[in-house]
Amino acid sequence: MYAKFVRWMLLAGFVLWQAPVWAGLDIQQWNTAAGAKVLFVANHDLPIVDVNVDFPAGSAYDVPDQSGLARLTNHLLTLGAGNRDENAMAVAQADIGASIGERFGQEEAGLSLRTLSSEKEKQQAFQLLAQSLQQPRFDAAVLARERSRMVAGIKEAEALPGTVADKAFNRALYRQHPYALPPAGETATLVRLTPADVQRFYRAHYQARYAVIAIMGDLTRAQAEALAVQLTASLPIAEGGALPPIPPVPALPQAAVEHISHPSSQSHVLIGAPVMTRTDPDYYPLLVGNYVLGGGGFDSRLTQVVRDKHGLAYSVYSYLSPMRQQGPFVLGLQTKNATADEAVRLARNVLDRFVAEGPTEAELRQAKANIAGGFPLRLDSNRKIIEYLSVIGDFDLPLNWLDEYPKKVEAVTLAQIRDAFKRRLDPNRLVEIVVGGAAQKSPADKDGRVASTAQ
Amino acid sequence: MKKLLVGILLACSALAQAGELVERQLPNGLKVIVKEDHRAPVVVSQVWYKAGSMDEFNGTTGVAHVLEHMMFRGTRKVAPGEFTRLIAAAGGRDNAFTSYDHTVYFQQLRNTSLPLAFRLEADRMQNLLLSDALFSKEIQVVMEERRMRTEDSPQAKVQEALMAAAFPEHPYGHPVIGWMNDLQHMTGQDARDWYKRWYAPNNAVLVVVGDVQADDVFALAQRYFGPVPAHVLPQRKVQIEAPQQGERRVIVKAPAKLPYLLWGFRVPVLHDVEHDWEPYALEVLSGILDGNDAARLTRSLVREQHVATGVGAGYEAVSRGPALFMIEATPAEGKTVAQVEAALHAEIARIQQDGVTPAELERVKVQVMASKVYEQDSMFYQAMQLGDLETSGLGADKADEMVAQLRKVTAEQVRDVARRYLVDDGLTAAVLDPQPIQPGMHINEGEMGGGHVR
Repeated sequence: MYAKFVRWMLLAGFVLWQAPVWAGLDIQQWNTAAGAKVLFVANHDLPIVDVNVDFPAGSAYDVPDQSGLARLTNHLLTLGAGNRDENAMAVAQADIGASIGERFGQEEAGLSLRTLSSEKEKQQAFQLLAQSLQQPRFDAAVLARERSRMVAGIKEAEALPGTVADKAFNRALYRQHPYALPPAGETATLVRLTPADVQRFYRAHYQARYAVIAIMGDLTRAQAEALAVQLTASLPIAEGGALPPIPPVPALPQAAVEHISHPSSQSHVLIGAPVMTRTDPDYYPLLVGNYVLGGGGFDSRLTQVVRDKHGLAYSVYSYLSPMRQQGPFVLGLQTKNATADEAVRLARNVLDRFVAEGPTEAELRQAKANIAGGFPLRLDSNRKIIEYLSVIGDFDLPLNWLDEYPKKVEAVTLAQIRDAFKRRLDPNRLVEIVVGGAAQKSPADKDGRVASTAQ
Repeated sequence: MKKLLVGILLACSALAQAGELVERQLPNGLKVIVKEDHRAPVVVSQVWYKAGSMDEFNGTTGVAHVLEHMMFRGTRKVAPGEFTRLIAAAGGRDNAFTSYDHTVYFQQLRNTSLPLAFRLEADRMQNLLLSDALFSKEIQVVMEERRMRTEDSPQAKVQEALMAAAFPEHPYGHPVIGWMNDLQHMTGQDARDWYKRWYAPNNAVLVVVGDVQADDVFALAQRYFGPVPAHVLPQRKVQIEAPQQGERRVIVKAPAKLPYLLWGFRVPVLHDVEHDWEPYALEVLSGILDGNDAARLTRSLVREQHVATGVGAGYEAVSRGPALFMIEATPAEGKTVAQVEAALHAEIARIQQDGVTPAELERVKVQVMASKVYEQDSMFYQAMQLGDLETSGLGADKADEMVAQLRKVTAEQVRDVARRYLVDDGLTAAVLDPQPIQPGMHINEGEMGGGHVR
């Protein structure tokens, strides 16, 4: 839970999430009697079982005056259940080398499990996961303590310009929409949350009819079926109608620029707009196009111009985050305060030109070769495969989604990319957040200025 | 508990059949290590150079990492950016990293593309361009990287200060990314000197893990890396940090909301896999303090005493240079750094006096063995471990023996290393003293209708 020490390592490049693909994964799917959806891939190469269980219980289901309730509820699931208090739960996992983890995002929330598949270990691990999901204790004392730890975490992160920028960016992009709510909550709302609030949120969201269970590894189909039942048979009873869907995102009314002072040596820049859904008709043209723009690391135009040619940033990128409703297009970079204006101008020029003209024939070939050609790498471990099972289940994607992926990437044309970016991304109507630079300059900032004049 | 352990042993022994390690050395000195893993049609290729920031001199700190950046900026045969473009076109990914001990370049590819990776790596092992023009841009990028990672991260500054105070003699005292002043005055010639000094097949280890046949890999390695000439490597001076005599303490002031504490105790590293016992006992001690959610530090300081919001401990037995046993903590609201330090002292004293329980000891060993199994799910991790063991001088084939030795650690040994090493005279403490952050002023907030002003 707390940051573990890692040895000092510096990556040459900033690593971005990349889209998946593979062929021939035998995904089995069924529903339990209680209504949970299950996706299963058997693999006996390693004596390991991985399980993810997701619910629509992320921060987009918070309300503004209880921001943080979804996160707190999810976090408390792992801290005591049934006859085990938090220490007993931790000991029981450690004794068998298993670990239950939190899964928390803006839309989905749930738990994950990794265990050895030897009989005794796996049975105990499944029991612990079932208990955590179905009999959480939500002890008042534990809640009070964890609440204040979450508050401390938020305060600590406020020192980091990147965190300040993320929050301001989401607020500007999504305003009244629930995607604007910070996933970790707000200090002012967190302190008011009670065990009753958590119970209510749990009962409304952690129901079997919403559950998506992904199982990967050393189990038979019959064992996986029994496990799915064990994990969901006594989840909260479905009451009333289904959860209201996340509302559509209103388009940005106009461009907005926000510059927030911060005592940092660098300015953190985020530029973007709400754009893409998980089932978007423009999904593949936008995805392939973005590889050329800023998704392909050293292969992308943004890196070539802002980093390689001008030396203004270590990390400069763009990505599209597909969600139920329009997830963000994000163009991001960090540069010393003195060159913030120049870096923003360069990055926006790259973006403007890309939206106006699209990629070249050669760039499109390169993007396809990497995305489609790299498919075996996306699925070379149990850990990676189970994450795709969860995505397919969470978003109701077809079971052959992974098989179709490379074909759809290959089929994208230059005209489709140009057309999609022009229709979906208006460079004159973007949010731009700059955090950094201020009345007070830190010594490091002065260093930066010396360096750039010396050049 | 015993029965559970048996189950885990069975799980582990099932793995013994998988992936044997095969090693060979080319005539030019390049060590080649291959581990076959046929679970997916992919391969990881890593070139490890035994040259990290600990091999740098004062005045040019950070040059190992700067050179790593320059390795992507072209050779006599491959234009700047072309390396990555070719790997990407093959559906692969590539990157590199620098640490105190080494510099590592890696590719992840379909197994059929391994020759491409070898051809490109062998080329930049000997033909790097390193022009002043490209250097002058890249050094700016590295300074931005330092600003991002260190200057604007209060906790990173504390870590930097701790290492500088704990190692006044050994080069671990300077950061891998280098001091800003050294980066500002670094020249292309500094990078060229570094490259000439250390980049040679006889200072490198090639590690390949994946869906390949070891014999094919050796043949490919001979074909591409075989012709690269060996160099005479400079003599490596022995660098030993003198024993610490008395507690050291540094304060870092930085804009932040919460204080932060980092402790480092001087401890030994692993030299002799079969006969050393202290490093294994220290690893177990670190596990007992912070190896799992049931471990002592979080349970006591966070859950029971509410004196910290977070606490952790860590120790790496495998290292070319000297080691620290680290403990970090963030005080809870209303608690002081002094109160956290008192609580930590009390936890350490408890182990020094009462030792550890058999259940705790067993639990840590179970964790270690389970993680050996989980590691097999990542080819990249397996390659990392092999390269680390080999370049540290212990040997890539020592992983199993290390687990066997760790399983022999007794409760008395854990207590003994706590008594011997977690003592004030060997402690360096670094403390973050948070300085106020002005509430984010909105400098030029405004909405614009169309067009951008910048």
